Amino acid sequence: MVKNDINVIIEKEDLAEKIVKLVIYNPQIALNAKAGQFVIIRVDPKGERIPLTIADSDKKAGSITLISMTIGKTTTLVEKMREGESITDVLGPLGKCSEIERFGHVVCIGGGLGIAPVFPILKEIKNAGNTVTTIIGARNEKLLILEEEMKACSDNFFICTDDGSKGFKGFVSMKLKELITASLNGTGNFPRPDRVIAIGPTLMMKSVCDVTRQYDIKTIVSLNSIMIDGTGMCGTCRVEVGTETKFACVDGPEFDGHLVNFNLLLARQNYFCEEEQLSMEEYKKENHTGACKLDL
Amino acid sequence: MKKEKTPMPEQQPQERIKNFNEVALGYNEEQAIEEAERCLQCKVPKCTEGCPVEIDIKSFIKLITRKDFSSALEKIREKNSLPAICGRVCPQEDQCEKKCILGIRNEPVAIGRLERFVADWNDKNKNDPGSSKKSDDSLENAFAELERIHDGNGNKNLNINVQKLQKKARIAVVGSGPAGLTCAGELAKMGYGITIFEALHESGGVLVYGIPEFRLPKSILKKEVEFVKNLGVEIITNALVGNTYTLEDLFGAGYKAIFIATGAGLPYFMGIPGENLNGVYSANEFLTRNNLMKAYLFPEYDTPIKKVKNFAVVGAGNVAMDSARTAKRLGAEKVYLIYRRTEKEMPARIEEIEHAKQEGIIFHILSNPVEIIGEDSFVEKVRCIRMELGEPDSSGRRSPVPVPGSEFEIEAQAIIMAIGQGPNPLLLKKIPGLGLTRKGNIIADEKTCRTNIKGIFAAGDIVSGAATVILAMGGGKKAAISINDYINSGIW
Ligand SMILES: Cc1cc2nc3c(=O)[nH]c(=O)nc-3n(C[C@H](O)[C@H](O)[C@H](O)COP(=O)(O)OP(=O)(O)OC[C@H]3O[C@@H](n4cnc5c(N)ncnc54)[C@H](O)[C@@H]3O)c2cc1C
Ligand code: FES
Repeated sequence: MVKNDINVIIEKEDLAEKIVKLVIYNPQIALNAKAGQFVIIRVDPKGERIPLTIADSDKKAGSITLISMTIGKTTTLVEKMREGESITDVLGPLGKCSEIERFGHVVCIGGGLGIAPVFPILKEIKNAGNTVTTIIGARNEKLLILEEEMKACSDNFFICTDDGSKGFKGFVSMKLKELITASLNGTGNFPRPDRVIAIGPTLMMKSVCDVTRQYDIKTIVSLNSIMIDGTGMCGTCRVEVGTETKFACVDGPEFDGHLVNFNLLLARQNYFCEEEQLSMEEYKKENHTGACKLDL
Repeated sequence: MKKEKTPMPEQQPQERIKNFNEVALGYNEEQAIEEAERCLQCKVPKCTEGCPVEIDIKSFIKLITRKDFSSALEKIREKNSLPAICGRVCPQEDQCEKKCILGIRNEPVAIGRLERFVADWNDKNKNDPGSSKKSDDSLENAFAELERIHDGNGNKNLNINVQKLQKKARIAVVGSGPAGLTCAGELAKMGYGITIFEALHESGGVLVYGIPEFRLPKSILKKEVEFVKNLGVEIITNALVGNTYTLEDLFGAGYKAIFIATGAGLPYFMGIPGENLNGVYSANEFLTRNNLMKAYLFPEYDTPIKKVKNFAVVGAGNVAMDSARTAKRLGAEKVYLIYRRTEKEMPARIEEIEHAKQEGIIFHILSNPVEIIGEDSFVEKVRCIRMELGEPDSSGRRSPVPVPGSEFEIEAQAIIMAIGQGPNPLLLKKIPGLGLTRKGNIIADEKTCRTNIKGIFAAGDIVSGAATVILAMGGGKKAAISINDYINSGIW
């Protein structure tokens, strides 16, 4: 077999609209990657560094799986990459790995792109002998990913969509509340959760924490702050947890959700909003002219 | 003889705040010779005592007066492998030039400027056949050296040659700052197989992510890194030791010793209210965005930076000056520098302080931030309190004490914290039993750079705390010698 070059895209698959899965050859990262960790990639010599969760890793094949949702210029460039091309820089595995223990009954929640990073954790949690309930949610049916894979590892499995195109109509936090209430009332055979793990858009994680706080159920969230180096050198990624400031890239990305200052996180995530838009517009302009030339 | 140093040609302040090009332009031949002739050629030169790597300063200056610039470079390179960098960034006023006899009455010889001149001259002229016969072709030298050690058969393809020559042990170097690069270079010259593991996507440490282009052009650093690579050193970027490679991975892969040179890369914050508002950066973040990621060229480069009206920088070391001057070049109307002591105590190099003033940086000395105030999560101003210098503390420095009721506010949309950096604990925490100081620096023997763990050596900022390029280099060199002793003797 031909030996792959480092960071080459071995396999690329469109999972849903604007969501791509990339399997990348990097045996060293694959060797040391654990559930909950992430990488930082740069796709162009003039590009920025962005974090992506390691959705899966295969030590034998020497590969890691990344899932990227197209939201800005860098993720557009990621979406455009083809099998056989290689990613300029991939650094990892970064961050602490998930705490995997026998907790009892664990609810794993993935919202939107957060479904991908929940998957490896869910597998480990299941292997550790827990009862696993999984809730995945997205705006609509078309944006749901990894449905079959997740279902196969779960004892209970629920789907939520904002528009009701599949499963429960509403947010994952609403479904969670419904389930917890049922467990407390003794209706249905759903035991009270001992722990919740929620990964997804910041607002989703915040709402999940608002629910679980009422019932005092420990909730772990994975924070997606802006990052540069990912090694604890710059402090771009800082978040407030309880009374402390933490660096999400090295102290996290997982934290006790009941202690996270989500409003601060939201604000910091949006700091460069204008610049990100400008970057995207410039990119579209350039590519538009490119297309016109081709048309001629 | 002139009482003052031959002036350094510079870009004018009004001009240079609009670009990121180098500020100091360097001497030409005439200026260098004029300056070199100021040297008294002391019988017992004090300058060398002041140099952390003991360059034979008097001799290289003499060679300049004889116009033998390439021999002058060789003289420097006997002790210092990064002269183009050190000539630019060393705090000569605290080292060699401080000891210069001329300095007692007049200005000392401009040793740093001469060092830089020699390095730059050789770089410009080394491919020019009309120049000195003894051309300093780094690659050639590297060969000669390698061949001398290994009786190589003159194969000009270094890569092949080096692989064949890997008779001696393989050594892993963690971090590609001045300490790592120097140690790697020295060991490669002795015939070891060296791999540098660097966490970032580019090599150079602080020289690439911290010190700005206008003070140290990246092209110069690139050449120095190339030089080290041409000695046969392999550099693996995107390799965070502790994560990408564990230490067991490295020892398991056959590396016989590991040199840790991970620097002082952990940014400190003040712990005051408002420090996590949008617009508050650590100096590391601000400088990394601009230097490593080239945010000042956004949107050509993808990493953004907000070009706000006013910046305020807290601190007064080189890092603070670099941040303030970078902010000015982003087009800021006002850039403030807030420092709790007076100008006399500022840790930055005098040249940096002067340059900052010329560029219109506004100094608020004897002031200290107490709170950062914002609206809608964006910084608007910083509230400070006036300080006065009280009784000398145990270190003899007069410590600043706040003046009650003297608070005042500075309007700024971005605040840069440049109050110091500490050791990054990431890797250190993963080495069980590694001896650390209270501040978290590695404890290593001053002479041998040995840590308390067999096979692991350390030097540079990770041991000393944030210091200087030349001290990091000196540490790297000592470590190389010590690693060689260890490999030869096998005794820890
Ligand atoms: C803005 C700024 C301006 C300065 N100006 C001057 C000046 O004018 N003159 C002067 O003499 N000194 C100056 N200094 C100080 C000087 O740069 C440092 O003392 C020197 O660079 C220290 O060298 P080092 O090799 O120990 O570490 P560094 O240069 O810090 O390099 C350490 C390297 O190790 C890498 N690393 C860290 N952890 C890991 C890991 N686990 N795995 C792999 N790689 C890792 C880092 O990414 C980095 O590249 C300045 C410093 C700063 C920040
Ligand atoms: S991304 Fe730089 S410290 Fe976390």
